[in-house]
Amino acid sequence: MHRVLSKEELSESVKLFDIEAPLIAKKFKAGQFLIIKIDEKGERIPLTIVDADKENGTVKIIFQEVGKSTKQLGLLKVGETIENVIGPLGKPAEIKKFGKVVCVGGGVGIACLYPQAKAFKEAGNEVISIIGARTKELIILEEEMRNVSDRLYITTDDGSYVRKGFVSDVLKELLEKEKIDRVVTIGPAIMMMVTARVTKPYNIKTIASLNSIMVDGTGMCGACRVSVGGETKFACVDGPDFDAHLVDFKLLMERQKIYLDEERKATELFEGECE
Amino acid sequence: MTLIKEKTKIKEQDPKKRIKNFNEVALGYSLEDALKEASRCLQCKDSPCIKGCPVNIEISAFIKFIKEGKFDEAIKKIKEKNNLPAICGRVCPQENQCEKFCVMRKKFEPVGIGRLERFAADWEIKNGIKHPKKTKPIGKKVAVVGSGPAGLTCAGDLAKLGYEVTIFESLHKPGGVLVYGIPEYRLPKKIVEIEIDYIKKLGAEVKTDFVIGKILSIEELLEEYDAVFIGTGAGLPRFLNIPGENLNGVYSANEFLTRVNLMKAYLFPEYDTPVKKGKRVAVIGGGNTAMDSARTALRVGADKVYIVYRRSEKEMPARNEEIEHAKEEGIEFMFLTNPTEIIGDENSWVKGMKCIKMKLGEPDESGRRRPIPIPGSEFPLDVDMVIIGCGQSPNPLVPEATKGLKTAKWGNIIVDENGRTSLKKVWAGGDIASGGATVIAAMGEGKIAAADIHKFLSE
Repeated sequence: MHRVLSKEELSESVKLFDIEAPLIAKKFKAGQFLIIKIDEKGERIPLTIVDADKENGTVKIIFQEVGKSTKQLGLLKVGETIENVIGPLGKPAEIKKFGKVVCVGGGVGIACLYPQAKAFKEAGNEVISIIGARTKELIILEEEMRNVSDRLYITTDDGSYVRKGFVSDVLKELLEKEKIDRVVTIGPAIMMMVTARVTKPYNIKTIASLNSIMVDGTGMCGACRVSVGGETKFACVDGPDFDAHLVDFKLLMERQKIYLDEERKATELFEGECE
Repeated sequence: MTLIKEKTKIKEQDPKKRIKNFNEVALGYSLEDALKEASRCLQCKDSPCIKGCPVNIEISAFIKFIKEGKFDEAIKKIKEKNNLPAICGRVCPQENQCEKFCVMRKKFEPVGIGRLERFAADWEIKNGIKHPKKTKPIGKKVAVVGSGPAGLTCAGDLAKLGYEVTIFESLHKPGGVLVYGIPEYRLPKKIVEIEIDYIKKLGAEVKTDFVIGKILSIEELLEEYDAVFIGTGAGLPRFLNIPGENLNGVYSANEFLTRVNLMKAYLFPEYDTPVKKGKRVAVIGGGNTAMDSARTALRVGADKVYIVYRRSEKEMPARNEEIEHAKEEGIEFMFLTNPTEIIGDENSWVKGMKCIKMKLGEPDESGRRRPIPIPGSEFPLDVDMVIIGCGQSPNPLVPEATKGLKTAKWGNIIVDENGRTSLKKVWAGGDIASGGATVIAAMGEGKIAAADIHKFLSE
C-alpha cells in the first residue's frame, strides 16, 4: 500500500501526486517509469516518475485523466492509498555531457521530460527547452522547466499563451541558427514523429521516450512492442528511450489505439457510477 | 482380488458447457473413486514410480494410506516432499514421470498417481489444512527471487529447515506462471493461493511488486542475505519474425494469458483490464501454452479457434490430455502448417493470415523431424486474431543486471548439477536455468538448490 501524500491540480485533467515509495525513490533515475494498480480489480498502468525525494521516500507522478483508471486515480484523496506501485522500470536515460541539448516536450509528456532536462543540466549541458500544448491551461511545469533550462520556449496550438504554433516550429528555427548536439523529445507520438523528421536532415541524435501500452512492464508480455530500425523491441525493458530516427511512429500510434473501444466503455460506466 | 485394468476415470465438465465458463474442467476423484484407484496400486517393494518424480514423493506409501482411508496420513506423506500437492496433482505431466514407471503400465493402464495426489490434497483443503509448527530459526537468511514453482519449492524447503526466507516477486500476486500462465479452468487460482499460504505458514515471507534487478540488485541482496536463489522463469515471449506480427490483434500467448488469468480480463469491465475477443482465432504453436491460449480464446468468446502447428501431431510437445481436451472443445488442429504473413486491414487490424503447408524432413538437433515448406502450397486462413505461442526465453532482467552471472546462448543462467551459478552464494533453478520446461521440473530444481544451499550454509 502506498499513500498519496499530496495532490495538486496542474490543469483540469492533469494531476500531480506525491506518493509514498521509499525504495523506488532511492533507485529512480531520469527516464524510468513505474506501474501502478489502484486496487484489486485495477489494471496495471505505466506512469512517468517526475521526481524522487530520497530523504522523504516519496516519488512525484503526473498523469492526465484520459480513461477510467486515470480518472479513478484522480479521485483519490490525500491519505488514501494505491494498492500496487512497481518500479523503477525501464532503462535510465543516457545522461552525460553532450554540449547543447534541446528538450522538446508536449502536453503531459512535459512531466516525463522534466527529470531528463534536470539531469542534463546537472551533467553540465546547456539545456534549451521547448514545451508546448494545445492550449494555455495544459502547459505544465513551466517554472520547474525554467529552473533547469538555460532557455525556455513555449508554444500553444491555439495561441492562448506565448507563441502560437508547434514546438517543432521553434525547433526548426533553433536548428537553423545554432549547433545542437542532442535532442530529446517526449510527448504525443505525432509530436515526437515530427521532431524526428525536423532533426533528421541535421543528423542530430534524437531520442524519443515511447509511451506504448503495457501490462507487466518487465518484458514478459510484449504488449509494448515497437519497431526500431526494423527490429521489434519492448519499450518496457529495451526502452522507453529509443533513437527517434529509427522508430516506426505510425506503428506506435496504431498500437496505442487497440483498446479505444474498451476504454470508452469502461469510462462511460465509471462516470455513470460516479454521478 | 481381481485386478482392475483401467485407470479410474476422473469426472469432467461437459465440453459444450465448459467452453462457456472458466470453471475447472477435471472435477477430481470422489471418495469411492480414490479408494478404487488406490486399490490398483501393487505396492511394489522398490517403488519404481518414485524415480519418475522430480521431488521424490514416497508414492506407494501415500497411496497405501489412501487405500486404508487414512487421508490425513496420505497428505502428510506427500507433504514431506512436496509443498504444492494440489497444484502438482493438477498440472504435472504424470504420464512422463511417476506413471511412466508404474509396473501396472507394462500390461494395463498405470495407477492414476496424479489424480490420487490431487484427491489427498483436495481432501485436506476441504477438511482444514494442518499447518506444521514453524521450525526454530537457525539465524540464517535466504532470498528467493521469483515466486513461481521453483522459488516456492526452494523457499518452502529452506523454511522447514529453519532459514528465514524472503521471496521477492515482481508482479502484484505471487505464483509466477501458476497465476499468470496456467488458466483458471486447469488450475483454479484459489488453489494456488491456498498452497502459497501454506509456504507462508512454513515461515517464508512474500514481498510482491519487487522487481529484482531494478529495485534491488543481487549484490545488494547478498549484503543482507546469506544466499540467493534465482527462479525468475522463462518470461520473455518469442515472436516468429514474420510480416504483420505487430498488427493490432496479434498477441503473444504470454500477453493474452496474463490479461485473462492474472488480470481477469474475462471479467471486463468489472475488472479494468481489457482483452480483445477474436471471433476467428489462430494460435501458433504446439505446446501447453498454445493449448492454454486456444482453449482460453474459446472461453473468452471466439466462434472458431485453430491451432496452427508446423510439425505433425506426433511431435507436439503439449500433454496428451491437453490435446484431447482441446479437441473435445472443438478446436481445429492444422498440422504441418506454418504462418508466413499476417495480413492487416486499412486500420492495422488483423484480417487474415497466410500459411504454407509443410512436410517432415530429417530429424533436427531436438531429435524431431524438421519441418520443410512445400513450395507453392500457400493458402489464406480467415482469422481476425492471432496468438503466438511458440515458446518463451529466459527473462533477461536479472542476468542483465548482475555482473559476473554467466549465461548461455539463449540467456539462461548456467548452473551446475546442484543449481550453483558462476557467482558465490547464488543459486538458480527452474526455467531461468533450464529454459522452458514443466512446473514439476522447476520444483525439482528448486528442491535440489535448497538442499545444496543448506549444505553450503551448514559448512
